[in-house]
Amino acid sequence: MPINPALAKEFENVVGKEQVFTEEADLQSYSYDAAVLAPVRPAIVAAPTTQEQLCKTVRLAYENGLPITVRGSGTNLSGSTIPQGNGIVILTNRVNKILEINEEDLYAVVEPGVITAQFAAAVAAKGLFYPPDPGSQSVSTLGGNIAHNAGGLRGLKYGVTKDYVMGMEVVDYRGELIKTGSRTVKYVTGYNMAALMAASEGTLGVFSNIVVKLVPPPKASKALLAEFDDVNKASETVAGIIASHVVPCTLEFLDNNCIRYVEADTKAGLPVDAAALLLIEVDGGHTQLVEEDADKVMGVCRKCGSTNIRVAQNAEEKFKIWEARRNALPALARAKPTTVLEDATVPRSQVPAMVAAVNAIAKKYNLEVGTFGHAGDGNLHPTILCDRRDKEEFARVEAAVDEIFDVALSLKGTLSGEHGIGKAKAKWMEKETNRATIEFNKNLRLALDPKMLFNAGNKFV
Amino acid sequence: MSEHTPTQLPITPELQSLAARLLKLDDLLISCMRCGFCLATCPVYGATMKEADATRGKIALLEYLSHHMTNDAEAVYDKLGRCLLCGSCQTTCPSGVRIMDIFLHARGIVRDYLGLSSTEKFIFRGLLARPGLFNALLGISAKFQGLFVKEADAALGTSKAPMFSSFIGERHFPRLASEPFHSKTPSLDEAAGSSGLRVAFFPGCVTDKIFPSVADATLKILRKHGVGVFLPDNLACCGIPALSGGDISACQTMIRHNLNLLRPGKFDYLITPCATCASTIKEYWPKVSEGFAPADQELIRSLHDKTTDITAFLTDVLKVSLPVREGGGKRVTYHDSCHLRKSLGVFSQPRAILKSLPGFEYVEMAEADRCCGSGGSFTLKHYDLSKNIGQRKRDNIAAVKPDTVAAACPACMMQLMDMLSQNGDAMKVRHVAEMYAETL
Repeated sequence: MPINPALAKEFENVVGKEQVFTEEADLQSYSYDAAVLAPVRPAIVAAPTTQEQLCKTVRLAYENGLPITVRGSGTNLSGSTIPQGNGIVILTNRVNKILEINEEDLYAVVEPGVITAQFAAAVAAKGLFYPPDPGSQSVSTLGGNIAHNAGGLRGLKYGVTKDYVMGMEVVDYRGELIKTGSRTVKYVTGYNMAALMAASEGTLGVFSNIVVKLVPPPKASKALLAEFDDVNKASETVAGIIASHVVPCTLEFLDNNCIRYVEADTKAGLPVDAAALLLIEVDGGHTQLVEEDADKVMGVCRKCGSTNIRVAQNAEEKFKIWEARRNALPALARAKPTTVLEDATVPRSQVPAMVAAVNAIAKKYNLEVGTFGHAGDGNLHPTILCDRRDKEEFARVEAAVDEIFDVALSLKGTLSGEHGIGKAKAKWMEKETNRATIEFNKNLRLALDPKMLFNAGNKFV
Repeated sequence: MSEHTPTQLPITPELQSLAARLLKLDDLLISCMRCGFCLATCPVYGATMKEADATRGKIALLEYLSHHMTNDAEAVYDKLGRCLLCGSCQTTCPSGVRIMDIFLHARGIVRDYLGLSSTEKFIFRGLLARPGLFNALLGISAKFQGLFVKEADAALGTSKAPMFSSFIGERHFPRLASEPFHSKTPSLDEAAGSSGLRVAFFPGCVTDKIFPSVADATLKILRKHGVGVFLPDNLACCGIPALSGGDISACQTMIRHNLNLLRPGKFDYLITPCATCASTIKEYWPKVSEGFAPADQELIRSLHDKTTDITAFLTDVLKVSLPVREGGGKRVTYHDSCHLRKSLGVFSQPRAILKSLPGFEYVEMAEADRCCGSGGSFTLKHYDLSKNIGQRKRDNIAAVKPDTVAAACPACMMQLMDMLSQNGDAMKVRHVAEMYAETL
């Protein structure tokens, strides 16, 4: 739906003529994100560059009843940045300054459009560490990470994005700045709204300045790769490692299908007969401690029946060990045109049941699937390979995804570990919770968004 | 992908045929999963932060155009043109989308629909495909340029031409050579030397007309290392300006012209000091050879195997010993041309050469492989954007305080000279081959 030109002019007055897009081709380029869903062209796109412009843009959009979709880099996999046809996309990627990195008090203040990897590099340059490392970190924004509570490979030991949000300023529906949280370790003076904002997917307000926690970096690390002829043994290994009181910084899993796809693509010499691979890295403040932890991990791997263990002796070997995991998504993505990447998550002990169920479902619907993921978190990525142009096949994909969710819930798991609900999984929310929960969340939402304009059609619908 | 807002424009038979032709790219387009990883490395997106300037945006628009989800072909073509064809996106694309194939063919298809401008027709078909006329015209310009241009930066040897700012912008440029390479050395047909190798030499337009000293240096290197040189008279442009301008047929004319000249000379390698010519001959000629005679296709295939840039030839084929020199000296840094590093995978070779040069200390700049913003004709059409991208390169260069910036691509050299000159930096821009030749 074309925007009223007078209103477009008002947005131009707020952010500048160059920062408002109403031309067809520009609008089309904000009609999609990384989810495999139909694109929807917005009516207008505005790209503020300052906090003040961000507030005024939200106020103007809200006053005029435009559905608001906030977009950082548009890398989410849940469709949460696919806009409404009569709505506005508010880009935050140009509100992107790192305002402060405080080395004494171990926090940083950033604007929402700062790119995750660039921020992590800036922090590392000061000798500190920002652990959350979602797969899209080279391009994702910190605002988007918080809106989806992005995870990554380091979740088991270091936690996920929410564990690093100390406070923030949120633009509410009136365009006013709301302050929550603090730069202190302890804070009890208000509702913990910063935590509420994590995974809110643009439904409660628009993030402005964010205070994130930093930690000292590990001083040593060691990586190893263990092969298994049975997924159950790999799973017992994961449980055994935790039970031995070692918490690896990463504990990744590849199933046999995934190993085969990676090997076909890279010819890296992976064991294509192995039922599963675990890629494990331990880190810590002292080389000796890390060596001891690595020895313990190896002991558990052997005890649980790992058929082969490779330990990286130097940086080069470590890089090589991680190659299989780095290439998992590319190898799967290259095998077929469309990659449906799911993230149903189960309690750690249910990983073997989940992997078995995924493979049975793929067989039932005659689909190609490869599973990799964060074994320590029970957060698997069953990845269905298909061609979205083939309507008959895609209907089978959708049925298979539905069943995967069913299984995840039956195993006391959750629909999404780190990708979000968005449009893709909103219809499933009641199944994971109940009607009362949906109503409660909608009421909460109505209190903060009386016209229901913030990312309508997402999360709770 | 069907529930989509319909577009305003009526679907004409011409649009239908455009969509049908673009649908031939559908198998390539479909492999983009919209992950957006290309946004991380796209220099144009880095400068504008606009989605349609990034590869993901362009691929989406092409898909929509081919499915009548948008019909504004002109706008899509405009977006396609905002691309340096640097290939950065392809290096980070997890799905391995054949992005350059898509862009080159799409430019051709959409350009066909929109038609070429008269200027483009004149340049691609009238000038570049006719090396005799092109040389004569630039020869005259070289003689008269002194009337219009004045010095901008003495160290860089750049000039500016305020009288022509409407045409060339505020650019600081190296002057056209008073004697282009081809005037001095129109052709060569030497026997294989002591190395047992004979190579075809393809200097390229910018080398020939702006930096003949680079061609001289390349010849000096080849002769010193006992390599016989075959240089046919009257070589035309490699075709990349026409190809990136969507005029595939003019590009094919240039390729055929050059094939006919190269065919009779038996040679082991084709050597060029121009990264862009090297990648065009090696990577793009095979992609646009559809409909060529079998003999021509065969020759293009053999050129794919034989073509290499002078720095890789020195290290990988001649296996020249390049001991790393310690002991300091003038500071030299290196800029990776996209066409060398991303297209051909050549990046350690020029560095090895520079590190071996007596009297120099090699320093690595940050983001050495980030595009300089030239993109050949990109800088002519989008000078402000090109300058914006170039400024980041300049700042990275300035940060390591070099005396000399080395590159192995004459087009990059022009852009670097412009950016450094605009900033008043007193440093030299030189081709790696020139610096190496001086040690011989």
